[in-house]
Amino acid sequence: MDSALAVHRLHFAFTVTFHYLFPQLTMGLAPVIVACKVLAGWKKDETYNQAARLLGRVFAVSFVFGVVTGIPMEFQFGTNWARFSRFAGGIIGQTLAMEGVFAFFLESSFLGLFLFGEKRLSRRAHLGAAIAVAAGSWLSGYFIVATDAWMQHPVGYTRLPGGGVRLDSLSALVFNRWAFWQYVHTMGGAAVTGAFATAALGAYYKLRGQHERVAGVLVRVGVVAAALAGIWQMFPSGDGQGQQIARHQPATLAAMEGLFTTPPAGAPLLLVGQPNVDEGRIDNAIEVPRMLSFLTYKRWDAQVQGLDAFAPDARPDNIALLYYSYHVMVGLGTILIAIAGIALLLLLRRRLLVNRPVLWALLLAAPLPYIANTAGWMTAEIGRQPWLVYGLMRTAEGTSHRVSAGNALFSLLGFMGLYSLLLIVFVLLTARVIAQGPAPAHADAGVGVAPQSGAS
Amino acid sequence: METVWFVLVAAMMTAYVVLDGFDLGVGALYKVLGRSEEDRAVLRQAIGPVWDANEVWLLAAGGTLYFAFPALYAASFSGFYLPLMMVLWLLIGRGLGLELRGHIPDPLGRQACDTIFMVSSIVLAVVLGAALGNVVRGVPLDADGYFFLPLWTDFRPGPAPGVLDWYTVLCGVVALVALCTHGAHYLVLRTSGDLNLRARRLARNGGRVLAGLLAVNLAASLSVRPGLLDNFRAHPVGLVIPALVAGALVAMELGVRAGRERAAFAASCVFLIATLAGAAFALYPTLLPSSAEPARALTVHGAAADGYGLNAALGWWIAGIVLVAATFRYLYGQFRGKVAAGVADSDGH
Repeated sequence: MDSALAVHRLHFAFTVTFHYLFPQLTMGLAPVIVACKVLAGWKKDETYNQAARLLGRVFAVSFVFGVVTGIPMEFQFGTNWARFSRFAGGIIGQTLAMEGVFAFFLESSFLGLFLFGEKRLSRRAHLGAAIAVAAGSWLSGYFIVATDAWMQHPVGYTRLPGGGVRLDSLSALVFNRWAFWQYVHTMGGAAVTGAFATAALGAYYKLRGQHERVAGVLVRVGVVAAALAGIWQMFPSGDGQGQQIARHQPATLAAMEGLFTTPPAGAPLLLVGQPNVDEGRIDNAIEVPRMLSFLTYKRWDAQVQGLDAFAPDARPDNIALLYYSYHVMVGLGTILIAIAGIALLLLLRRRLLVNRPVLWALLLAAPLPYIANTAGWMTAEIGRQPWLVYGLMRTAEGTSHRVSAGNALFSLLGFMGLYSLLLIVFVLLTARVIAQGPAPAHADAGVGVAPQSGAS
Repeated sequence: METVWFVLVAAMMTAYVVLDGFDLGVGALYKVLGRSEEDRAVLRQAIGPVWDANEVWLLAAGGTLYFAFPALYAASFSGFYLPLMMVLWLLIGRGLGLELRGHIPDPLGRQACDTIFMVSSIVLAVVLGAALGNVVRGVPLDADGYFFLPLWTDFRPGPAPGVLDWYTVLCGVVALVALCTHGAHYLVLRTSGDLNLRARRLARNGGRVLAGLLAVNLAASLSVRPGLLDNFRAHPVGLVIPALVAGALVAMELGVRAGRERAAFAASCVFLIATLAGAAFALYPTLLPSSAEPARALTVHGAAADGYGLNAALGWWIAGIVLVAATFRYLYGQFRGKVAAGVADSDGH
């Protein structure tokens, strides 16, 4: 591979992967916090408010890191992918600009009000500010997914004789069917992260014998949310996303599933095994016969095309990594659903909070949704290769050809150094919030950490 | 329609400079005006709730530029690759320095945050000015409409310049003084007591230095780009812009002297708006001049996206900006008036 191309790809991959560690938690925690607030009012139990405030402080730290690491993403379309920007900017720039105008302003303005406005706003207005921040972040997620969706499945355009593309239908771009499924699956993934983080925090306190009441609330709310979000990821959202890939990116589906050759009838579902790309087979395979045909087309004998049905330059260029990304996502998703399911059963029988092994499992599961979400995005983006815009522009044609490999490596190394530092600071600050635990009810410091609030 | 979007993008960038400009100015003056821990807390409090929303104007303007003039976005962002990457690091540093300070219990960590915040703000202000300087001077565009600028070459704005040369550095200094003055005016509005007096002094001195620097900068701009005033010759109505600049400078001085804080801050906003409007008026229809071959310059017509997209976007853009205006009105309405002195960070350190 051309070395500048490799650096540009790694540049975006690294910065976006690091960035998405933060929004997946904040977008996932937002509904959990709102649920705690609603439950506090409904059950007239202040413990839920304490839990909401604690989660709000975890949220606030992640939110700051999400905001500052998000800025480089929009810039990189122009800095590292200039030819792509010139080609498609008139189209994907629309959704990116909508994100700025509709989502970022909402999010950032009300974050200021939320963090600094505790003393100035009424309780209702303050809750309203919290909901506005959450709505802004979920809206922002939609515009980003819609942007990616156009690259995955371009719609509403015409090709121009000069080699560019022209937008024909704004509504086709914004209401791309691919975007709908990708969005519900992405947000479901964020909800899994938020739910498991909540349950793990509660399990941590519970196992240490700290903050017993708040710990119980966190575990209960977290486990219910984790079970709901986990099922949602499998069906309907994961299934719906899979249908889109089967219909519009069949070569990607074949590579994800490790299907090197087209089976005569009824494709098997591969559970484990290592892709041997050179020889075109899976080593040490364990399969469920005909299952892939059924999952994809709801018929046991439906034909699924293998990689051999596609020309070599139409296949994803990193089949092994794509295969592993997808199987890591699905495998971890299955483990997470199992943990959440067991915990939910115990919860319904009122035995969860005394079951130390399951509390340990909840605690140790906290990093797994992060890995699953990252692997999911890798599946989507590696699966799109060798295309930058599926079927329209190849990745190699989209880079900033005037930015040399050396200059791109300079900023990539800079980002790696800076982000390593940020990660350390983030871990220290989050550990501090967790160590401080829930604030006593009478202090009423509000949901957010107010770095410079008017409280004296 | 291209011209409409030229005006809208320029207006959004101006909104960014006016709004985040005072955040940067306050940041650059952070240790100059904030001599005591209490003063610094007031400075942070003055911009804390609004800086992030102000910064979003940069992202929104960038996104709008992206879809309206994709060829310009592609050429300029890749051509200014190195300075833009540094801008990103500085924006991260500024945001984290300000936001994390209250979360860090260790005094050394807080000092580090303070310094990162101030240094990032200063360098960002200089880079913004230098960026405008680069656009006025022009860049060595290729036949295919791209370029790549090193950070510096021989520091001369010739046909093969770097991002930094004597002219763009001068523009950077002017921007730093302008934004410090703007930040001082904002602080005059938002502070009381001794801090307010020091901010007043700084605002007045800054305005005077600015008037001198601006005259020097105008002469320098004409030597770098002799045709800069052509649009003003062809359309004398544009001369109202320099008149506004001069009037705003006078109003800033008089406003502070008379203690009319709101009027003085408004004059500082008008000064920035008029200065940037002047630059946009002088450049139009050019978006990015070419330093070697004038014919290669990117213009609004050559760099714009297709007509349908520009027409369709106008609808959602107007709706969005109305919402943004309402949001900002509410936000600034909640945080107007003097910041109470003697505030401490809420988590008790």
